[in-house]
Amino acid sequence: MIEKMENLLEIKNLHATIEGKEILKGINLTVKPGEVHAIMGPNGSGKSTLSNVLVGHPAYTVTDGEVIYKGKNLLELSPEDRSHEGVFLSFQYPVEIAGVSMTNFMRAAINAKLKYKGEPAMSAGDFLKLMREKRALVNLDSKLANRSVNEGFSGGEKKRNEIFQMAMLEPSLSILDETDSGLDIDALRIVAEGVNKLKRPDTSTLVITHYQRLLDYIKPDIVHVLYNGRIVKTAGPELALELEERGYDWIKNENQ
Amino acid sequence: MSNEQEYIELFDSNRALIEEPCAELLNRERAKAYTAFKAMGFPSGKEELYRYTDVRPIFAENYGMNLGRLDVPINPREIFSCDVPNLHTHQEYIVNDTYFSKDGAEALPEGVILGSLNEIATKNPALLEPYYNVLAKGGDGVAMFNTTFAQDGLVLYVSKNSCVERTVQLMNVLRSNVDLLTNRRLLIVLEEGAQASMLLCDHAVEKIKSLSVQVVEVFVGRNARFDLCELEETHGENVRLSQLFVKQEAGSSFNHTTITLTNGLTRNSARVSLEGEGAEVNMYGLAITDKKQHVENNTLVDHVVGRCNSNELYKYILDEESKGVFSGKMLIRKDAQQTNSRQTNRNLCLTKCARMYAQPQLEIYADDVKCGHGSTVGQLDENALFYMQQRGIPADEAKHLLMFAFAGEVIDAIKLDALRERLHILVEKRFRGELNRCKGCSLCK
Repeated sequence: MIEKMENLLEIKNLHATIEGKEILKGINLTVKPGEVHAIMGPNGSGKSTLSNVLVGHPAYTVTDGEVIYKGKNLLELSPEDRSHEGVFLSFQYPVEIAGVSMTNFMRAAINAKLKYKGEPAMSAGDFLKLMREKRALVNLDSKLANRSVNEGFSGGEKKRNEIFQMAMLEPSLSILDETDSGLDIDALRIVAEGVNKLKRPDTSTLVITHYQRLLDYIKPDIVHVLYNGRIVKTAGPELALELEERGYDWIKNENQ
Repeated sequence: MSNEQEYIELFDSNRALIEEPCAELLNRERAKAYTAFKAMGFPSGKEELYRYTDVRPIFAENYGMNLGRLDVPINPREIFSCDVPNLHTHQEYIVNDTYFSKDGAEALPEGVILGSLNEIATKNPALLEPYYNVLAKGGDGVAMFNTTFAQDGLVLYVSKNSCVERTVQLMNVLRSNVDLLTNRRLLIVLEEGAQASMLLCDHAVEKIKSLSVQVVEVFVGRNARFDLCELEETHGENVRLSQLFVKQEAGSSFNHTTITLTNGLTRNSARVSLEGEGAEVNMYGLAITDKKQHVENNTLVDHVVGRCNSNELYKYILDEESKGVFSGKMLIRKDAQQTNSRQTNRNLCLTKCARMYAQPQLEIYADDVKCGHGSTVGQLDENALFYMQQRGIPADEAKHLLMFAFAGEVIDAIKLDALRERLHILVEKRFRGELNRCKGCSLCK
């Protein structure tokens, strides 16, 4: 029991399929509170599938294995309850929701979480104050906060908006799925700074990325390589640099 | 015996009773419509315009009609006094198809006449002569039926450059112990430079079977402006057949919004004729349906002359086994150069059993025009739903937010601030299934 509490997330022999095709073929991964893990790998290795399965995307089916989060069976929880328990996914492609304002969207999210925790809903004044505070953290323009969710946002604005939502919801486990894709170097720095500012000793981060450059800003403790649905290599931050230099072919060759 | 034959016989044997309380003008037009109705009968389901809403079986039902103009023991002012916050309207009532006495109504601005059609046609026939039945006489069998049996309704007449600042709110209240056919008639005239807005609400008190036939004729004079918002909130046993005829002169502007929140079967037809350069019409429709509800919006925008603008946006949210129909025709005649015309129809089918029939039509005879139409049928965006769930918003709440956003585009087009805000709340309640639990008008509940 004590051993379990030491881990925030424990993934054991996780198998998952989409449309009958097996993508994850036995993932094992343990994340302790406070740790930053990077998951790297070539395209099509299953990185995004892993993040989607962790947040309960209905398109994926778990066929074997288990995921223990904060001592609970994560896979039994609905997507919204996983969120309430502190699992957050920064989407690779944040969705545009026409006609739903950022304010209404965030208020619905925050109040749903409070309700789950058995706490009263936030007053309009407190909520707007919280929005302002968190917006400042990621330099999100107040104009964007008044618009429909992600509608007409640039690529960089969308990613910044993801980190803003992360700041609002204060998750225990943040999964950043290709957060660097489509970002120029300035936007990348702002987003990474936001993530670093939100880091607490008891929260953990899974950084899913194809490239090493994001890891210059968000320093991982442990780097994993995902290939063909399995974690084939785990090492310290130096592994990311090696991958940057040598590419993924040698990994592929080692795992033929 | 065909069902029009029954109505013809009903008319023949009750003609004196029908005509006795009515103005000469109404009876004169009645005679013409009766002849036409005898010749054409009700439209058949085989006709293109009635393909999706067959009215013949509707008229075959056995409804009572109040041809003898018996008093209905109800004071709608007590039951339906509307108190939407900040919506200060001139409140008028039609109970079944009889104008309810004006006692207690407030004074109107100068140059504005508002009241019973039959009364005004009796006292001042010369005023209505150039307008009554001028547009509807070109209509189909249902319009002829209405004119044949019409005994009362409402007139709004706004004389040159007059302005009715407060919205005229007409509440159509259905009140009967027996299955009932009502036949109401509205005539709205805005002379040159006049301005007015009107809110038309349909309510039913008892859950009896009812058929409401309505014909509305609207004349929007040169540079005049008229906003009309229709809200239907009846029940599953009510059939509404509404026909709106509009004639617009140069530089005039007409905004029309039709919202069907709860109903049984509805067919709304709107025929707008743009007959003066620079006229503009905006038409919006929203239908939220479930169970076996049926809603058709059938529009024709007739660009007779050039340099006019028309814009249509109709949205449907169809749940359970409900059925939606949108049939919209844009007719751009030979002389209607530099027309700017746009028609959009977007639909959400929430279940596999919900059905949407969309029929956008463009008929262009001019060669220098800008016209476009688009129609889509789809489901709620699953990616958006999941995105919201990931942020902790429960699935049902996420669906409501998306549906609300979808409907919002139509509601936001309503010009009256107080009504727009109120409708946002009503639509949200409708999605949560909280409407129609009380007897009165939910506008103020």
